[in-house]
Amino acid sequence: MNHIAPHVAVAALGSGACLHCGAPAPDGAAYCCGGCEAAHALIDDLGLDLYYRRRTLDPELRAPRPQDEPAPDYAGFTRATDEGACQLDLAIDGLHCAACVWLIESVLARQPDVTAARVNMSTSRLRLGWRGPVRRGEELAALVRKLGYRVIPFDPSGFRATRSEADRRLLRAMAVAGFAAANVMLLSVAVWAGHSQGMGPATRDMMHWLSALIALPAILYAGRPFFASAFGALRAGRTNMDVPISIGVALAAGMSLVETINGGQHAYFDSAITLLFFLLVGRYLDERARGRARGAVEHLLALQSGTVNVIAADGTLKATPPSQVAAGARIAVAAGERIGIDGVVREGRSDIDTAMVTGETVPQAARPGDAVFAGTINLTAPVTIEATAAGEGTLLAQIVRLMEAAERGRNRYVALADRVSRLYAPVVHLAALATFGFWTLVMGMAWQPALMIAVSVLIITCPCALALAVPVTQVVASARLMRQGILVKSPTALERLQRIDTVVFDKTGTLTVGRPELANAGEIDPQVLRAAATLAAASRHPLAQALLRAAGPVAAASGAREIAGSGMALDTAAGEIRLGSRDFAGDAEAPCRADMELWYAAPGAAPVCFRFRDRLREDAAKVVAELQRRGYAVTLMSGDRRETVAAIAQAVGIEDWQAAVKPQDKAAALAALTAAGRQPLMVGDGLNDGPALAAACASASPATAVDLARNAADVVFQGDRLAPVAEMLAVARRSGAVMRQNLALALLYNLGAVPVAVAGLVTPLVAAVAMSSSSLLVIANALRLRGWRGR
Amino acid sequence: MDGLLYLIPAALLLGLIGLGAFLWAMRSGQFEDLDGAASRILFDDEDR
Repeated sequence: MNHIAPHVAVAALGSGACLHCGAPAPDGAAYCCGGCEAAHALIDDLGLDLYYRRRTLDPELRAPRPQDEPAPDYAGFTRATDEGACQLDLAIDGLHCAACVWLIESVLARQPDVTAARVNMSTSRLRLGWRGPVRRGEELAALVRKLGYRVIPFDPSGFRATRSEADRRLLRAMAVAGFAAANVMLLSVAVWAGHSQGMGPATRDMMHWLSALIALPAILYAGRPFFASAFGALRAGRTNMDVPISIGVALAAGMSLVETINGGQHAYFDSAITLLFFLLVGRYLDERARGRARGAVEHLLALQSGTVNVIAADGTLKATPPSQVAAGARIAVAAGERIGIDGVVREGRSDIDTAMVTGETVPQAARPGDAVFAGTINLTAPVTIEATAAGEGTLLAQIVRLMEAAERGRNRYVALADRVSRLYAPVVHLAALATFGFWTLVMGMAWQPALMIAVSVLIITCPCALALAVPVTQVVASARLMRQGILVKSPTALERLQRIDTVVFDKTGTLTVGRPELANAGEIDPQVLRAAATLAAASRHPLAQALLRAAGPVAAASGAREIAGSGMALDTAAGEIRLGSRDFAGDAEAPCRADMELWYAAPGAAPVCFRFRDRLREDAAKVVAELQRRGYAVTLMSGDRRETVAAIAQAVGIEDWQAAVKPQDKAAALAALTAAGRQPLMVGDGLNDGPALAAACASASPATAVDLARNAADVVFQGDRLAPVAEMLAVARRSGAVMRQNLALALLYNLGAVPVAVAGLVTPLVAAVAMSSSSLLVIANALRLRGWRGR
Repeated sequence: MDGLLYLIPAALLLGLIGLGAFLWAMRSGQFEDLDGAASRILFDDEDR
């Protein structure tokens, strides 16, 4: 093997970036950390360094840096297959490009006992199979983690599978309809040509019978999604777009069959089946676009959901899903771990990052007896908590109740297409009835031909283009948004977004990154900064981490110890060095006051103060200004303290702000806005935003939000910027305009066709041309959204 | 017109073969990972 020692390769390259993950490395070092060095050595040893030449790292994604994390419980997710092998499904975080896929598959394939390793790039999932003990899965997963990817086991038999089954059924129906439509159309063209060239009636009848043979089973099979939906709506006493579609298709097929039996001139099998085909294409694309968005959100959820470590009677730890933890159970939470369940601290003292729950950026001290909530992060020291009753009293239960109440209001929203069809269906059916009456009563025609004409009115008005008008636009708009990392989850989200006139932002994690940043770096001696960073490197406290980011990569000081609720201490020959709170390491008299501060005290020197602020998203002020320019009222609503909120509001240029708002007050404020005739968009990320997200007319969450917020939100956006909020509103408005154009086009087409049908002039050729061309026109119009540049 | 008697069945048969091939491809999972399949071809691997 042509093996080059990693260190030699470094000297040759001589760059300042880590050879493995590409992040800046300390001066002269080849790697930013030991994990990257190990990963590089592993790849090199296996002769897979092609990876480094072929890969393209996406700066938006997490760098492939191996991280120390508690390993999840893989054994529970491992399944035994028939041949005595094991199978495990893993969600992978950090896939950048095809080279990552190749690397993971190659590394695993080189393990002698691995029988299958296949990464699905579309869904970022790995299916792993091996021969041997179940526990071997842990080692194999550890191998992938060592390369710098995060892996989370999941159960593929969950609801994700059932959805893709629906997806597949649509695709199969589409394939059948496509096959039948193409062949029936072929026969129909022959019949149309035959009309002018004198095809004999016997040949024509044969063509009709053949068409019936192909079309009828295909319609029965491919039409099921529409028939089922129409039947369900009718039984519930409602009507939707599928009702006129089903009636139109059924009548067209039935009438054509009667004509064929009677040896008549006209059969509409081609219209009926092409109509189904077009509609299925639209529906499949719609389903797929939303399925992909939901899949992506689910993937994000899977990456964060974890197990909690329950302390068993014999003192051992057992990883358990939070839903299976009984009240009163004791749970160990390590420093840096997310708390998975509501509870009360029983042992240990620590600091808790509650930003997700309350919106506060400053961590809070937790002592035995204090309540802690799921979703918060335990920062400084391990604690033992006792799970509280999962009853009505918990914060989560309270918030979920508020959300359910708020959501009931929103479910009343009726999709545009359904609103149109409520008007459309009765009008069309009355028109057909009137046509029948006109021909029989006024013109004295026999009832059979009059019925034919009435039915042809229903066929020509079958809302093909109308049913495509909205979904096609949604597909194009969602695909466009998805390319920018904006995932549209709800089917009516785009329609609701376009009516928005007020945007309500949460502060922490929404307008800001939710991550503190050193504010007074300029006032501090770089030497002191680096010295403080060596202490900070040993802590998970967000301020320590911020200090570390400001100082750049340094090695952690050995021997540093963490004192929960106070800070870090290090014993040196000269005395104790301290980094921590004002009381612990600072000067109580100093005027330097900030919400977030760290003090550094070394023997023989005056204490130094590091001040921090929560950094605004880079483009927050620009996006707020842009929204205001477009005429949106912009509001800031936060659970944080007045001074902090006021400062942020001023920085981004929001005049209307409220601070210290409780979750229920947020929801109430949004309900009040709606009652006042406003259409608010809520943008938030915390547990405390959940009810407000559900109460708003439409809602959006950053991908870093808590599970609950992401589930409640209509739209989830990725990345560190706020621009997606402006973009989704712009695209929604634009798509609203396109939807209305499409509906107008479709209605116009039908209006033009109705007189022809009423006059009894609709032949199968006219019907086929009118339907296909109107559908294509609507699709072409929707496609304009793809290249739209925005304002 | 006699040609129709075998041309139409032949056309239908070809169409059915196409449909069958599509349904088979779907069942065997070839539509599961469209992004991966597109770029997988770029990596030659002597191991497989």
